[in-house]
Amino acid sequence: MTKYIVRRLLQAIPLLLLISLILFVLMQNATDPLATMGGRTPTKPEDRARLTRQLGLDKPIYIQYLYWLIGNDWAKTDLDGDGVAETYGTRHGVLRGDFGTSIVQTGRPVTEVIGERLPNTLILMLTSEVIIVFGALLVGVFSALRQYSFFDNLLTGILFVGYSMPIFFIALSTMYIFSVNFKRWGLPYLPTVGMFDPKVGETPAQIILHMILPVFSISFISFAAYSRYIRSTMLEVLGQDYIRTARSKGLPKREITFIHALKNASLPIVTVVGLDLPLLLGGAVVTERIFAWPGMGRLFIDGIDRGDTPVVMGILMMIAVSVVVFQILTDIVYAWLDPRIRFD
Amino acid sequence: MSTPVQASNQPATMIAEIEAPPLSLGDLTWRRFKRHKMAIAGLVVLILLVIYSFGGAFFVTEKYANFTNTKERLQPPSAAHPFGTDTIGRDLLARTIYGGQISIIIGITAAFVEVMVGILIGALAGYFGGKVDAILMRFTEAMLNLPQLLLLIVMAKFFSSDIKNIDIFGREFSGSVVVIIFIIGLTSWPYLARIVRAEFLSIKEREFILAARATGTPTWEIIFKHILPNSIAPIVVSATLGVAGAISLEAYVSFLGLGVRAPTATWGNMLENAYRYIESAYWMWLFPGLFIVLIVLSINFLGDGLRDALDPRSRTV
Repeated sequence: MTKYIVRRLLQAIPLLLLISLILFVLMQNATDPLATMGGRTPTKPEDRARLTRQLGLDKPIYIQYLYWLIGNDWAKTDLDGDGVAETYGTRHGVLRGDFGTSIVQTGRPVTEVIGERLPNTLILMLTSEVIIVFGALLVGVFSALRQYSFFDNLLTGILFVGYSMPIFFIALSTMYIFSVNFKRWGLPYLPTVGMFDPKVGETPAQIILHMILPVFSISFISFAAYSRYIRSTMLEVLGQDYIRTARSKGLPKREITFIHALKNASLPIVTVVGLDLPLLLGGAVVTERIFAWPGMGRLFIDGIDRGDTPVVMGILMMIAVSVVVFQILTDIVYAWLDPRIRFD
Repeated sequence: MSTPVQASNQPATMIAEIEAPPLSLGDLTWRRFKRHKMAIAGLVVLILLVIYSFGGAFFVTEKYANFTNTKERLQPPSAAHPFGTDTIGRDLLARTIYGGQISIIIGITAAFVEVMVGILIGALAGYFGGKVDAILMRFTEAMLNLPQLLLLIVMAKFFSSDIKNIDIFGREFSGSVVVIIFIIGLTSWPYLARIVRAEFLSIKEREFILAARATGTPTWEIIFKHILPNSIAPIVVSATLGVAGAISLEAYVSFLGLGVRAPTATWGNMLENAYRYIESAYWMWLFPGLFIVLIVLSINFLGDGLRDALDPRSRTV
């Protein structure tokens, strides 16, 4: 087991380096961080030159990547533009845990900027994931028990629609019905955007109220894949010998379904959840934009728009690393849950 | 004794079936496909949508679709503008027609790029194995380590600086159409590559491949003429679903403002600023949104039907 984990971690290193290199080159060439820096006043040419030197943008791209990766406190930089490199850099590099400082929110460390937004995305995503998993377990078991019944076919249809629906459409439709029209009709209505009403303040009740629509939208579109998955594993398990044995010795149906069958049928869902969780962080981009939710998705889009490479790279690398970590964790948990699996 | 002897209790239809020439793969697939009612419904809706966007061009000119009339901005649906008008007074009905053309073209061509890259990488990795496989699969994994949408956004930004309009068949398109096609295709292939690789891994061990190799068939011929045709079923299914995927991805990227640029309309970029008018102009997001949902849904049903129809393990005719 330990050997397996070590091997997986070693394999992940070149993978992450490759990802970071490609993304860094794309980002640095795609955006001009200086263009949005001055705000309304255009940046003066001499300021521009100084900032370019400070940010290291005058260096070739591979040097920029190297500085991002391992820092530049070992190399001298020419800050005053006299052609003599005299000042040591201050960056420690990603490998030493320094993701740099945000360009837009000048001087704030990337980890702080992301750390501020991460909980907002997590609260949205984890709530949705919990609802998806429990709802899918319920629906999946129910449709497996009544395979090809009217209920099963109806659910299959609805889930297929949900699966095919782009999230913005379900988000805009529910917003239009439950916020705009309910307000018009004088009914109690749900808030459209933001995380809390500034007049009331950031209370738990406000946050829950503002979470209803985004969580519903996210859950609705991801529900299908999960419940179909549980339905098929459940059907598979229900056909096995030990279930027949349990039936023939006269165990109550409920006990067979929820204790004997569901236990084994829900094992593979661990894999799906484990692999989906880190990707959910990125899936929030569109939802957060529509509902003006102050999370990582919006931070990412803002960073892209304004050329904030350190922040964008920070988010992307955080996701990439968590994908790798979650893959390994999933394998470990799975092996622990299912003793038939061995990694040697 | 002129009447043919009915073989004991075999019904006549069964005899007819036994004596009929064997069904070709196409007939067999179509027979199975026909029974999947939702897939047929999907096919019909899809054809209607194609007729709507391409046939509609005979009734409305593209000039009209791009015509801005600020006096008539944000008009609700009426007889003159059945779908209403947008923020700069363009007719939304005309724009859904021309937007549909671009969305469908993007869907098909991006899926084509995806299939080409996916087949190439999957086939090479599966057939040659060893180091080639290790390198290609590491690369595939790297692609799968990030959400596709984020990758797409970074690439869209990378290619977004000063794109010129291009002329095709006398019509002017925003060059961003081509960019979007390629970046969607180039970020979608990893799943397909894995499927193709798995198919190649199993098929290359079969006797007929050994026979082909023994008779000195060139490698490329074994790959493309012997193995590939035998793994076509899952490829057709993923390619179909890939079209739906590409259409919704285009919508996502355009929704975020990094997709296809004006003046070219797509169902996706019509939605770009629509969400800001949720309270005042529902028609701006409702109609293009409905078209996207309809086309994605119908293609997904079609793909589902194809999956059942092409499944070699399914014995029913």
